[in-house]
Amino acid sequence: MPATIRLQRDDFDAAAEAAALSRGRTDIGAVVTFTGICRASDEGKPVAALTLEHYPGMAQAEIARHVEEAETRWKLMGVTVIHRYGRLVPGDNIVLVATAASHRGDAFAAAEFLMDYLKTRAPFWKREERPDGAAWVDAKAADDTAAERWTKPRQAAE
Amino acid sequence: MSVKLLYFAWVRERIGKGEEIVEPPAGVATVADLMTWLAGRGEEYAFAFENPKVIRAAIDRSHVKANAAIAGASEIAFFPPMTGG
Repeated sequence: MPATIRLQRDDFDAAAEAAALSRGRTDIGAVVTFTGICRASDEGKPVAALTLEHYPGMAQAEIARHVEEAETRWKLMGVTVIHRYGRLVPGDNIVLVATAASHRGDAFAAAEFLMDYLKTRAPFWKREERPDGAAWVDAKAADDTAAERWTKPRQAAE
Repeated sequence: MSVKLLYFAWVRERIGKGEEIVEPPAGVATVADLMTWLAGRGEEYAFAFENPKVIRAAIDRSHVKANAAIAGASEIAFFPPMTGG
């Protein structure tokens, strides 16, 4: 299954990446695209800019591990993950997850799974520039909860 | 053993550097032991590791728990909980 994983400073074109996933194929019935965008406020406080630090050697490997995991769980025909790093301002794209499958269930589920894992296990750290100074963003418990739901064992059929 | 350590985000800021090579003594067997040993190296390290429970670690670019053995590691990274995505 073709998987594209890129870490980059530059912006990406979500529509072009999604189109690339299904180009030349007639067996793909579903392409799901998620774009994460930098907001101008966080918990009510204004954010002037967001800087993403990352662990280069590990980020690529960790994202690849989760793409492989997604492939074992769902029938996917292509995955693209692009994660930016460096200084971003409100309105800027941060991350792209695009998944292709025959049917929408697999494409939707895999995209959500990958985002939940990107939020909690991909080695990136956000530093916000606010009016009163810069501060590291705290990891959210809600993100851990979201990621945990993918590890619950399946209920046995009654 | 000689091992390369990497620090990220506020762990890096508190220690004052992003990487270094260290040679922990024989008794330092796990990631938790390593954090304790590092905390004793100076104020900046003590500050970075003051709450070891919030520090995450990776050995050779894979997440590990605090009780993971460090023997054979070439690269160990310490960082706060991640905020990617």
